[in-house]
Amino acid sequence: MRRGYEGVAVAVPVTVPYVRYSIRSAHWWLARCLADLLKQSGLRKDDIDGFSISSFTLSPDTAIGLTQHLGLSPRWLDHVPFGGASGVVALRRAARAVQAGDVDVVACLAGDTNHVDSFRLTLANFSQFARDAVYPYGAGGPNASFAFLTAYYMRNFGATRADFGRLCVAQRANALKFPQALFKKPLTLEEYLNAREIADPLHLFDCVMPCAGADGFLVMTDERAKKLGLPFARLLATIERHNAFASDPVQMRAGWAIDRADLYEQAGAGPEDMDLVQTYDDYPVISVMQLEDLGFCAKGEGADFIRRHTFTWDGTFPLNTSGGQLSVGQAGAAGGALGMVEALRQLTRQAEGRQVKDAKLGLVSGFGMINFDRGLGSGAAVLSC
Amino acid sequence: MLERPKRKNPVLRTRLPTLPPGARSRVALGLTAAAALGRFELQQCRDCGTVQYPPREACQKCLSIRLEWKPQPTEGELLSDTVLHHSNDLFFRERLPWRLGLVKLDCGPTVVAHLHERVAQAPRRVVVAAKLDRAGQAVLVALPNGSTPQEADMAEDRQLREFTCDPKFRKVLVTDGKTALGQAIVKTLAAAGADLIWVGHSEPWKKFAGFDELKAIAQVTLLPLDVTDSKNVKEVAAEIGGKVDILVNNAEYHRTHSISSRYGVDAARAEMDVNYFGLLRLAQEFGPAMRGRGADGLASAVAWVNVLSIYALANFPPHGTFSASKAAAHSLSQCLRAEMRPAGVRVINVFPGPIDDEWNQLLPPPKVTPAGLSSAIVKALREGVEDVYPGDVAQEWLARWRDNPKALEKELST
Repeated sequence: MRRGYEGVAVAVPVTVPYVRYSIRSAHWWLARCLADLLKQSGLRKDDIDGFSISSFTLSPDTAIGLTQHLGLSPRWLDHVPFGGASGVVALRRAARAVQAGDVDVVACLAGDTNHVDSFRLTLANFSQFARDAVYPYGAGGPNASFAFLTAYYMRNFGATRADFGRLCVAQRANALKFPQALFKKPLTLEEYLNAREIADPLHLFDCVMPCAGADGFLVMTDERAKKLGLPFARLLATIERHNAFASDPVQMRAGWAIDRADLYEQAGAGPEDMDLVQTYDDYPVISVMQLEDLGFCAKGEGADFIRRHTFTWDGTFPLNTSGGQLSVGQAGAAGGALGMVEALRQLTRQAEGRQVKDAKLGLVSGFGMINFDRGLGSGAAVLSC
Repeated sequence: MLERPKRKNPVLRTRLPTLPPGARSRVALGLTAAAALGRFELQQCRDCGTVQYPPREACQKCLSIRLEWKPQPTEGELLSDTVLHHSNDLFFRERLPWRLGLVKLDCGPTVVAHLHERVAQAPRRVVVAAKLDRAGQAVLVALPNGSTPQEADMAEDRQLREFTCDPKFRKVLVTDGKTALGQAIVKTLAAAGADLIWVGHSEPWKKFAGFDELKAIAQVTLLPLDVTDSKNVKEVAAEIGGKVDILVNNAEYHRTHSISSRYGVDAARAEMDVNYFGLLRLAQEFGPAMRGRGADGLASAVAWVNVLSIYALANFPPHGTFSASKAAAHSLSQCLRAEMRPAGVRVINVFPGPIDDEWNQLLPPPKVTPAGLSSAIVKALREGVEDVYPGDVAQEWLARWRDNPKALEKELST
């Protein structure tokens, strides 16, 4: 039986408003995120003795270089370059360190810049396998990888573009209530279906838009949070898995399918108990995969699940209630923390115009790093108010 | 079906050459090394037999570092396919839409591959081949099931034509039409659909054997070309250099001497003047124009073929000075390859065993016939390979050389 996360508080969700392009470096975005965390928590810089950093564009620096850049002197430092899995991974590591007393307060920061040409350069050198065996094939980036998965899923499980479209349309409605989101215009299913082709069967609104931004949150003891008067969420359970099902010829499942029993056992709750879910949503098919693998519906029944539910913040299944990456934007590694900060807002009653009523339990799922033909990292966390 | 390219409007801008992404890790160059010879090889573990892709530094199953590049069965199942309408790379942006497939190979790994237009949508059986792309790096292509790369008409496919140097509809310069080999090359190119073939002859005042037959081929234009004459090479390049899509340098001077069998340097110098300096002169005069036309529509400048010799790999003492001149030419051709690469113009080196001509009189068979060698050259162009070793002798030398170059040197010196 795994030890729980008793005594750990997760607080102060921050999203630095995203922009499409930035002339600043990742350091600038992470600095702003930290400044916002300090401002909202009332803590001084020196009160924070732990940092967890996730960023693609911080290179050639890593977390340790950032300490000098921002004048920090932490006694606990973590670098989590796991893309979309980094929010969950950063949280579970920080929670254990706080619980063990190695550190008092950890600021988990995730952010990236986006220069006019930086997305292409990131893709070209994303990983050794991507450089050797994917990028030379049309240089489509993740669009091509997810086109393969989406086409395969549609063919084998009878999902249609309209099914995926309903998720995208609902998330846009959610984003209209989230001021930091880049997308400000409503999206209809018709517009979704008629959007230009990107990589068959993916069209424009199936694909995240690369942008610059940062998200962050604090992990500390609940005593400390109470003393500071900060609303916080409790961490009930987490899972993490990398390179699961490596021999599956095409990725139709990931680590959640191995670890979900562990997750729900530790949480003392099941999927039916969740009041809101934040999936990693760079493409709708991957949200569907998470819903299946995390037990909200059976494998292959995602389309049917979508048809039975509504996904806005006031719907029957509140999903990606800030709009998700598909409607907020994908600020590099910040995409792995976007769902986390939104779940924290919901559970601490800070989700202003899109507050899920009586939200008590939330599930945040992460998925990261299309190293070659599939995403490698998966993780999930259950939080309560 | 590929249509004959329209005449180029000289007022319009010539499309500048761009290359597909060419960066590879060192370990991934194993795929390129095999593809350069027209082979499909993947990494296989010597200890547990696992076949893996993408290439790694250790076996993903047993962590052994004893990994070998081994020929693998090419069959597999197309699991999923897509058509890119957007790309982040200039080369592909100019060539959209672009079709890709995800293929589960029967030998184990799942791979991403360029997809031939005749492969219908997934799921479907396909065969996979490794080809060199315009950047000179190996990429995988999925072809209709049951077809070899030749039968799949790579050149007829809009996408895969980018990986070949097919002479169809292209203009070719063959630098020496006087030899039996030169004439065989011209005939094979004509049969392969070359649009226009300029044929050089170094002594235009003489009518050589086969002259009339050559002249009778509709596509052929004979022109005086002496690769030892810098001025002449310059003039010919000024006249036709901007039109040559494929240059086949078969001009050769061959004497059968070792160091001690002929005193003095006259013959050796003549060999160097044709075999080495001839290539250098051609490269300096024709190289720039061909580099400028590396992306000039469907019939762009595409390939440079050097007829070298298997003796370029290791000196064959009875033909010692000739071997040295071919080794020099081989070295220079590697420089040329590096310089042509930014334009996507492929340098193909042909390393034949002894050709069945008068200069190899004393060598026993098997010897390469001019017809056999010329079809090997056109096959190399069509399939887009980079190094060709035509004939049994060349294949045998290559195997011995790859196995142990020092052993080959010792064997040749006895």
